[in-house]
Amino acid sequence: MSRLPVRKTYKLYLGGKFPRSESGRTYEIEGANVALASRKDVRDAVRAARGAFPGWAGATAYNRGQVLYRVAEMMEGRKAEFAELTGDPAEVDAAIDRWVWYAGWADKLAQVLGSSNPVAGPYFNFTVPEPTGIAGIVAPEEPPLAGLVSRLAPALVGGNVAVVLASEHRPLAAVTLAEVLATSDVPGGVVNLLTGRKRELAPVLAGHMDVNALDLAGADGDTAELERLAADNVKRVVRNGEGQSPWHAAAFLELKTVWHPIGV
Amino acid sequence: MAEVEKRQDRSPVPSAFEYAEAPESRDIVRLEERYGLFVAGDWVEPRSGEHAPSIAPRDEEPLAEVAYAGPEDVDLAVGAARDAFANGWSDLAPSERAKYLYRIARILQERSREFAVLESLDGGKPIRESRDVDLPLSAAHFFYYAGWADKLEYAFPNRRPRPVGVAGQIIPWNFPLLMLSWKIAPALAAGNTVVLKPAESTPLTALLFADVLRQAELPPGVVNIVTGDGRAGAELVKHPDVDKIAFTGSTEVGKEIMRAVSGTGKKLTLELGGKAANIIFDDAPLDQAVEGIINGIYFNQGHVCCAGSRLFVQESVYEEVLAKLKRRMGTLRVGDPLDKNTDVGAINSREQLERIKELVASGEEEGAEVYQPPCRLPEKGWWFPPTVFTNVAQSYRIAQEEIFGPVLSVLTFRTPDEAVEKANNTPYGLSAGVWTEKGSRILSMAQRLRAGVIWANTYNRFDPTSPFGGYKESGFGREGGLHGLAPYLELDE
Repeated sequence: MSRLPVRKTYKLYLGGKFPRSESGRTYEIEGANVALASRKDVRDAVRAARGAFPGWAGATAYNRGQVLYRVAEMMEGRKAEFAELTGDPAEVDAAIDRWVWYAGWADKLAQVLGSSNPVAGPYFNFTVPEPTGIAGIVAPEEPPLAGLVSRLAPALVGGNVAVVLASEHRPLAAVTLAEVLATSDVPGGVVNLLTGRKRELAPVLAGHMDVNALDLAGADGDTAELERLAADNVKRVVRNGEGQSPWHAAAFLELKTVWHPIGV
Repeated sequence: MAEVEKRQDRSPVPSAFEYAEAPESRDIVRLEERYGLFVAGDWVEPRSGEHAPSIAPRDEEPLAEVAYAGPEDVDLAVGAARDAFANGWSDLAPSERAKYLYRIARILQERSREFAVLESLDGGKPIRESRDVDLPLSAAHFFYYAGWADKLEYAFPNRRPRPVGVAGQIIPWNFPLLMLSWKIAPALAAGNTVVLKPAESTPLTALLFADVLRQAELPPGVVNIVTGDGRAGAELVKHPDVDKIAFTGSTEVGKEIMRAVSGTGKKLTLELGGKAANIIFDDAPLDQAVEGIINGIYFNQGHVCCAGSRLFVQESVYEEVLAKLKRRMGTLRVGDPLDKNTDVGAINSREQLERIKELVASGEEEGAEVYQPPCRLPEKGWWFPPTVFTNVAQSYRIAQEEIFGPVLSVLTFRTPDEAVEKANNTPYGLSAGVWTEKGSRILSMAQRLRAGVIWANTYNRFDPTSPFGGYKESGFGREGGLHGLAPYLELDE
């Protein structure tokens, strides 16, 4: 007699925990009942992200780099599961390598993006990049794993925290990635992942007054309304292209310039 | 030494010092009675048919009739900029582009007194500031960005920098020529063409700048200047052939612009309002700190987006700082912007004066204690005395809203943590000041304050090499420095 497999319940990832949607709703997709996040789940996720921000932004760049590298290590160990969910082992490899690539940027961004500025006076003046805060990320529908990682990693590496809306039609790889994050030394609340209807959730994220940046890569079609909502608190609207680039990380960063007199 | 003439009543009385009037002659400025729009290198009558006077804040004298551009005028200006972009400017050797900018910088230096006098006449700022700050910095901006024009591939290695196209630029009334320079210099250095919309209350130095462009022999249409009010700005923002919008002004209008460009893919930078914290620790050199407080809030009548309008004083030195501050306020000379002794000039417009008065009244109503040094204000013109509020709660409007006038709110704190928490408790994040002798504390505060510019043991310093811009609702994008070029370029990722 063959063994009956143990099925996984796909839940949200919020504040380092895996709760069901507070609404109690699910939707059936990819052969599973997946949590259908509510507007309140979005707000809770933003609150969890805000709580995690000082710690993650305040970690040393070296530490953040190691934590993100650890994500790649943990994914490598679950390659088979990811390959089954995505149906594309090459995508899984690409996603893992992308974490490795961005992990290496953690302690280099400031040297590439910052500057010291030769002002015409007796002042020392320098410019450093700093995280903007909470990044709201509407992940691409396809590819479900590499698409998400390509959006999330550049936001995290500079010290931002994230609230992510996973691929609506293929959310299982994203939830599995959340399980990896939960076991990879990424502090709870740094990444919060919601599954559900983008049409319902994206406007809540775009209009939320405590979200600082909005990545619209996965907002298919008309993004004008989301951009209008983003104006309510002058969000940084991020339109990064494909691939990997330190400029993708820069899109989630502020620049701070500090002046100090030189004297005796 | 000859007997100095007694000061007349229009200069208000400072507490202790006697000054002779030292007015800068306005003869150097020759104004037209009426200005058109500067489009494709020519002065054109506005199709809108609308003109309105630009008024001198110091005595409400109408200085000149200025055109108010309508939709058709904005369209013509954008068309001229597009033509100039397509037919020559974007193909010009970058080293030649640089030389035009160097020429502009030099002409601004040569004509700086004329520009300084006109800036003070039209905007009300003290001649000492327009002469020593606005003009040198404007020229320096062109000089700095001139040098970048043929070095862009070193600024952005492997990113194939190329111009965006037509830049629509909307500037405020507080530093009219300087904001023009912040906008035009990097735009041209990057190879773009420009349609600039000056503020309705301070268009005259921008119009005089058109004459600088003529002297520099800049090709027609590379810079077009359309004067007018907010309607002209709105037309520029929504014009389909404008590729990039740069705006400096209020957060409220910045949000409207963001909504207007949503879904269009236009590039956008916003430099918006502020409510900066200026934080004084008990170990700070207090006399220097008081100078920094004064400079932070009374520079340019407080019409400064990065003004240090919320003063946080550590409790242990509160009485001492306040006593020194009030004594120093008593020596500020409020009066004729053209007088070289003047520290605080005229309020830029009647509307702005009303807004300041309304917010000051709200402060008194909410329970704050107001102090103004004795000073006699001129009868004609728009004036507001240097003002400080004590006993201010963080919830008061004067501690929350940008007043954009010579009005300071004083609050206190005990610990660095408390200072950081209170300072960051605002939707704005443009700038902040920190005063302490302790080096490690300077760096820790600089790190924890959520603002784009941190002045430590100084305040209100600006330089073309130094990026300037906000966090949060103070906007995004940077002006100045290498970082100030990026918004005007298409770059490979």
